Amino acid sequence: MDLRPSLRSPLGRVRGLGSAKDGTGHWWAQRLTALALIPLVLWFVVSVIVMTGAGYPAVAAWIASPLVAGLLILLIAATFYHASLGLQVVIEDYVHHEMTKMLSVLIVKALAILLALSGILSVLTLLFTRA
Amino acid sequence: MISSNRPLSPHLQVYRPQITSALSILHRITGVALAVGTLLLTYWLIAAATGPEAFATAQGLIGSIIGRLLLFGWSFALFYHLCNGIRHLVWDAGYGFEIETAQRSGLVAVGVAAVLTLLCWIAGYMMMGA
Repeated sequence: MDLRPSLRSPLGRVRGLGSAKDGTGHWWAQRLTALALIPLVLWFVVSVIVMTGAGYPAVAAWIASPLVAGLLILLIAATFYHASLGLQVVIEDYVHHEMTKMLSVLIVKALAILLALSGILSVLTLLFTRA
Repeated sequence: MISSNRPLSPHLQVYRPQITSALSILHRITGVALAVGTLLLTYWLIAAATGPEAFATAQGLIGSIIGRLLLFGWSFALFYHLCNGIRHLVWDAGYGFEIETAQRSGLVAVGVAAVLTLLCWIAGYMMMGA
């Protein structure tokens, strides 16, 4: 850090957003997705329990109703966003080799996007083919 | 070394485990386990979108003994991560930092997670029986 006298205020320093250039963005996104996941996860768990033992037609029809499909897409998006943010922190804490760390984080993010996309497209497939 | 008058991070080899530290690492472990569990969620959704045969295969895997054991572990991980996550959000809001409160809220998180896990499995088996 530059310790010479400067006209730059502490606030200006903060607005510079630090060395990672994203300020509190990561922290805040982790909390917002956590908050969104509380009702979404509870809804999903209750729904799955109610459908225990139900056959394919019932499950497919459930996914294919617009409200359920919308909630499922939100659940998938929030889950994978939250998971990739969390795994990133775990990797950054325990992997110290710079190149391995960066590659692991990138692989986690790529996998999260791929899985989220596959899940969302599965929901949309059922929504548009069974409606 | 700049100064010795600074707080030190716990040195794990000589750090006596406490409820708070054990539950903290459990939050991480369950989080990573749940991230792995998203593979099953995605597989289940893809199977449903693929058709009745693929879905039956997925349900068969999930319903097997190993599938049920994994699902039981994941359900506890989910409820623990959920309850302890709420505990973290309360901390983020600035409450509950007293040592006694933090220990008690930790035990509450584990207890509520255990009760919710058992209730869900009882409810699930009742649905299958009904």
